[in-house]
Amino acid sequence: MGNEEAVFFSRVLTETTLSFHIIYATIGVGVPLMIMIAQWVGIRKNDEHYILLARRWARGFVITVAVGVVTGTAIGLQLSLLWPNFMELAGNVIALPLFMETFAFFFEAIFLGIYLYTWDRFENQKKHLLLLIPVALGAAFSAVFITIVNAFMNAPRGFDIVNGELVNISPLLAMFNPAMPTKVAHVVVTAFMTAAFVLAAIAAFRLLRGSDHVYHKKALFLTMKLGFIFSIGAAIIGDFSGKYLAEYQPEKLAAAEWHFETTDKAELILMGVLTEDNEVKYALKIPYGLSILAANNPFAEVTGLDQFPEDEVPPLYIHYLFNLMVFIGMWMAFLSAVFLLGKWRGWMFIASKWFCWLIVLGGPLSILAIEFGWWFAEVGRQPWILRDIMKVSEAATTSGQVDMMLILFCLLYLVLGVGSVVVLRRMFRRNPVEKELEDRHAMKGRDVR
Amino acid sequence: MNLEILGITVLWTFLFGYIMVGAIDFGAGFFNAYSLITGKQRVLTKVIQRYLSPVWEITNVFLVFFFVGIIGFFPKTAFYYGTTLLVPVSFGVILLAIRGSYYAFETYGSRGHKGYSFMYGLAGLLIPASLSIVLTISEGGFIELVDGNPVLDYWKLFTSPLTWSIVVLSLSATLYISAVFLTWYANKARDVEAAGLLRRYALTWSFPTMIAAGGIIYELRKYQPEHFSNIQNFWPMFLISFLLFVGTVFLLYTKRQYGWAFTMLAGQFAFAFYGYGASHYPYLLYPYLTIYDSFTNPAMAISLIVVFILGLCLLIPSLILVMRLFLFDKDYVRGKGDYHA
Repeated sequence: MGNEEAVFFSRVLTETTLSFHIIYATIGVGVPLMIMIAQWVGIRKNDEHYILLARRWARGFVITVAVGVVTGTAIGLQLSLLWPNFMELAGNVIALPLFMETFAFFFEAIFLGIYLYTWDRFENQKKHLLLLIPVALGAAFSAVFITIVNAFMNAPRGFDIVNGELVNISPLLAMFNPAMPTKVAHVVVTAFMTAAFVLAAIAAFRLLRGSDHVYHKKALFLTMKLGFIFSIGAAIIGDFSGKYLAEYQPEKLAAAEWHFETTDKAELILMGVLTEDNEVKYALKIPYGLSILAANNPFAEVTGLDQFPEDEVPPLYIHYLFNLMVFIGMWMAFLSAVFLLGKWRGWMFIASKWFCWLIVLGGPLSILAIEFGWWFAEVGRQPWILRDIMKVSEAATTSGQVDMMLILFCLLYLVLGVGSVVVLRRMFRRNPVEKELEDRHAMKGRDVR
Repeated sequence: MNLEILGITVLWTFLFGYIMVGAIDFGAGFFNAYSLITGKQRVLTKVIQRYLSPVWEITNVFLVFFFVGIIGFFPKTAFYYGTTLLVPVSFGVILLAIRGSYYAFETYGSRGHKGYSFMYGLAGLLIPASLSIVLTISEGGFIELVDGNPVLDYWKLFTSPLTWSIVVLSLSATLYISAVFLTWYANKARDVEAAGLLRRYALTWSFPTMIAAGGIIYELRKYQPEHFSNIQNFWPMFLISFLLFVGTVFLLYTKRQYGWAFTMLAGQFAFAFYGYGASHYPYLLYPYLTIYDSFTNPAMAISLIVVFILGLCLLIPSLILVMRLFLFDKDYVRGKGDYHA
């Protein structure tokens, strides 16, 4: 296998692993917070429904966390196996957050184990809730530290290269690079948002499938509220991310927006198609839009692709990835806003079948938005693995067996993906919420229905 | 002590931790599967499941910690080991992934498919075998530089007796460590029948472990004389290790003090493991890579060590809490309360 093939297959394998892992990782970061909030509401209101909600979410969470852990181990090792030259450099400069991540993960793993096996073991429910705090913190900080590494790839700082040697290394400067604040905030808040909408989709689906138990209604209302809050947060941080890109990675923004010529009063291009000589057709154009996104000023100048050598411009299809991610985010904010307004004003249609289906659809859509976002982030950095320092083609392994490993890992992800879905479905189907409420009622001898 | 030695000692300690907790876990999976064949499932499964349930995820972390740490402290290892280990480590990861996730699926989802238990037990044996190959490769001679890139010679690797004696040691040690620990655990759970059975397994696997370990040293004499002569410099450690081995077997044989038996076993492996590691010094990979020429810059090294100390302040109390709740809590161990979500 020639080296070009090794690069190609390494890219495909990394992309496959990340695309699969990010589904479980996002759920893994977001859901602990949702469990915590539900349990807290349950204790405060003394409402058994919320407590049971937390408990059932926790059970499902174990399955997703297991897949997240093992695929996370896979990507952790694949970084060294597939990109040894990159990791040699990265090890010198950005190893610190990677190391911190293992501690966050360790912390989360320990307390998740304790939390799961101590339901009803403590007299005081609040003690049990306390155990969740390290789980949620560990999960969120795992995301923070890993995203810092990714931010570093986009805006490498904290070292100099003199005659091919790394000098003046500062691990903290490398961590707190310019890409870090917006990127970390965006990843964490969208994980919360996605987790909320995925759980909302499940509740809506149960309501559609014949159960009109108040348990599901409470779940739906809670998750839609949380989803709305986090989607507003995601929109605000997204705006800051645009400004970060305009200043530090203008080629990424320009490619995402099909902004070819450097101009002021730049317009924002939505969707459309490109002709062979890079003319934009069938697009929706918002005058001044891009200037506002880039600098909060409709007359600001925005750097176009004409300022960059052709071989350093990322593929232009990232325009669609970027647009789709933003559309889905906006749509989910709008959908949850309508739902909340409807609850408040007593609109009947929010309980109708078609509206429930829209909420159900919101679950997979949110996951898709996460995928689009990561593909955009990664493809938009091409051809660099470390912007302006190292190209992807220089970083890959020289091993000849990457294609075979790709097949094996694809099979693994297939098995894990199918397995997790089957197990989750079976787990909740065998033990529907009505039955569990009955059981708890019988056990506790008081009315919890 | 310089930073290089401090770094490798920390990593070696985590690898030791992984080998111990991993062996208990992998061996338990195997005994569980084996008990299905011999129809002794009733005796063993309960004890094994009780121990494994809350800790399965923690085991994995030790491994992650080791490989993230080694890239941090010794970034050049990424180049040499990363390039050459693609196949063996990928196999290990795939097995770990299947084993880890299906454990959760089975425990929390649905119970009881026999084929699955066999796969689980078998995967647990293949993982130490595939990961132990890294130790063989580190002895040198299997990696050549071609145009400046390291290439692994598979034919030479798989026809070398050294490879196979290390594989055999990894397997028998896994079963031995696991059986001794579970004997103690079953005894604590006052499950006399299970403890008796596990004690027999422990005694069965004790001597093969010793013989395999001796075989490796013999192979090394032919294969890597430099390392072999270094090992001789550390003979007191290996002697202590052997005496502890004798102590463990004696206690098991006379059915006394299983807690001490396990403690001595941990000591036996610790002395052998650190003795082996110290005699490997300064090489990470014969003859290309020493801990000195692969070490990271001082700024990174110091910040990693600071984070490590802070991290331990967080982890040690948490680990103690886990042990108090699950390992040393009499009611939990004896299965009186089941508080699973």
